[in-house]
Amino acid sequence: MTAGYATERETDEGKVFTVTGGDWDTVVGGTDPLTDERIIVNMGPQHPSTHGVLRLVLELEGETVREARTVVGYLHTGIEKNLEYRNWVQGTTFVTRMDYLAPIFNETAYSLAVEKLLGITDDITERANTIRVLMMELNRISSHLIWLGTTGLELGAISIMLYCFREREYILEIFELVSGLRMNMAYVRPGGVAQDVPDEAIAKIREFLKVMPKRLKEYEDLLSGQPIWLERTQNVAVLDVTGCLALGVTGPVLRSAGLAWDLRKTMPYCGYEDYEFDVPTTPTADVWGRYLVRMAEMRESLKIIEQALDRLKPGPIMVADKKIAWPAQLAIGVDGMGNSLEHVAKIMGQSMESLIHHFKLVTEGFRVPPGQVYVGIESPRGELGVHAVSDGGTRPYRVHYREPSFVNLQAIPAMAEGGLLADVIAGGASLDPVMGGCDR
Amino acid sequence: MTGPTNAPSEQPGGGVPAAAPPVGATSGAPAEFPPASGAGRGMFGIQGSGDTSGFGGLVRRRSSVAGSERPYGGYFDEVCDALEEAYPAFADAIEKVVVDRGELTLHIKPERIAEVCRVMRDDEALRFELCSSVSGADYLGADERRLHVVYQLTSMTYRRRVRLEAAVTAEDPHLPSVTAIYPTADWQERETYDMFGVVFDGHPALTRILMPDDWEGHPQRKDYPLGGVPVEYKGAEIPPPDKRRSYQ
Repeated sequence: MTAGYATERETDEGKVFTVTGGDWDTVVGGTDPLTDERIIVNMGPQHPSTHGVLRLVLELEGETVREARTVVGYLHTGIEKNLEYRNWVQGTTFVTRMDYLAPIFNETAYSLAVEKLLGITDDITERANTIRVLMMELNRISSHLIWLGTTGLELGAISIMLYCFREREYILEIFELVSGLRMNMAYVRPGGVAQDVPDEAIAKIREFLKVMPKRLKEYEDLLSGQPIWLERTQNVAVLDVTGCLALGVTGPVLRSAGLAWDLRKTMPYCGYEDYEFDVPTTPTADVWGRYLVRMAEMRESLKIIEQALDRLKPGPIMVADKKIAWPAQLAIGVDGMGNSLEHVAKIMGQSMESLIHHFKLVTEGFRVPPGQVYVGIESPRGELGVHAVSDGGTRPYRVHYREPSFVNLQAIPAMAEGGLLADVIAGGASLDPVMGGCDR
Repeated sequence: MTGPTNAPSEQPGGGVPAAAPPVGATSGAPAEFPPASGAGRGMFGIQGSGDTSGFGGLVRRRSSVAGSERPYGGYFDEVCDALEEAYPAFADAIEKVVVDRGELTLHIKPERIAEVCRVMRDDEALRFELCSSVSGADYLGADERRLHVVYQLTSMTYRRRVRLEAAVTAEDPHLPSVTAIYPTADWQERETYDMFGVVFDGHPALTRILMPDDWEGHPQRKDYPLGGVPVEYKGAEIPPPDKRRSYQ
């Protein structure tokens, strides 16, 4: 064992590592705390404003950050490895837990990759695609609301957080109506979506469309003219287009620097080319710009949701191919949503063959022809990419997530170094990192 | 018993040799008579013994990827032509060009990967400004060079995507880092090192990123022991993941 690394000890359950803070001696080793001007501050991994378990090691001179080092990995759960031991459909329940603020995006990116491997991209039904767009845009708003609420909270505006969570709760209720779950729904599946959108949910979404523009206006009334908010965001954590591209930063941060790069427009999927919406940009490249971009994006998402509702025509929500289509049907029972009893009775009572078919598809799963694909979609945080490899079996051979949180966090030193300590918070928050996605 | 042992009528077993598998075990799809077409393999493409109980263990199938022939179609020909023109060592560096499912994959010699990336980024006809993703895949058993590093490049100017793939052996897993060309590869190369043990020469600080610093082994390699402990549930034992029955 190397000195300065994490200590380990044997227990009945196996080896236990004490990881957090184990390297602290090496980090501060080079400095003398009494006479040096520089001090080293360890921010996180439990700091409330680091959005989960992000750790920043900051070298300060007075209040100026001289060096910022980002440490991630505290929330690594091995989802990519786990996927290799489940069948292709079960994968959705894993990936939905990566970026927990944008579960629908994780599922959709995964499903699109599996569908591309199967060669059934064009067979996905119109209704399934529309529902996916609908759910993604609702999810984008709920994710941006969390961003707005937490960033406001971190920069001293507490009431905005309460309002944002109120509206987010409304969206989560819609998700619950549609999928039975508020978060981690595993709703988008390879081949389509898990079940149809009920009429009550449509009514609730219409209601939401009526309410939300007013609420967005309220947020702006609270923040946009607020002198403290302006001071804390304008000309803070500037990152221009060159910096963004070099560091691989995409999403609202790139658009706040002025480049209108949005995969929904530039490399459309799920039928986004048929929707009318704008890609908001600002030239400021600072936290203020990112705030404006995200506010405008929520309005654009409302526009897309409205169009999606209008084009939602009755039809199948799964591919017609019975060898791929998950044969489940959900219904609300006394203990929440679960398998519909009528559907189970139908399968059990219909014929032996259909029972076997159902059993095989659920336990063994379908086969995916060998090959590899990469699919990128525009998540609330930027390009969410899935690299999926199949060896022809019933389980993924390798799935890699290009997580925007992971890639974007590399920009923290570029944004923070040379600035004030307080602006590290603003800059880090403006990237909107979600550590569940970053560490996977 | 004095008579010949293989006389059918004299034995209660009906003359079935003792070594023969039980009747019906291979009747689904006998290994010695593989069906000619996929349709003959039944609904789930059974091959081999047809044992779907999974007790045969975890079997990974492998597939070798054949290179594609020109014309590749779409923008793929343009990309290859532009690269050939801008990069003199094209013939030496490119091992294989694969077009599959509407995606272009260039298999690059590992020692050339940084040069190719620089040309891909800088040439006016290519302009792959963004390195979307760097990751790996372990094709254990397929080839000597089992560790593949996969680069997804995006051209924002032309709205194109290209995948570069470089394969190295597990014994000498070295290839040049592309961090000087695409700084965004920094963490992604660290992750690939962490998960696959691929060493990117020239990387500023190639350390583990997701696993703890003192972790041993590289978890995404296919021969990494899964570990796990048997779990007792209602008196029965559930074995660790790699010992569980599973469909191949």
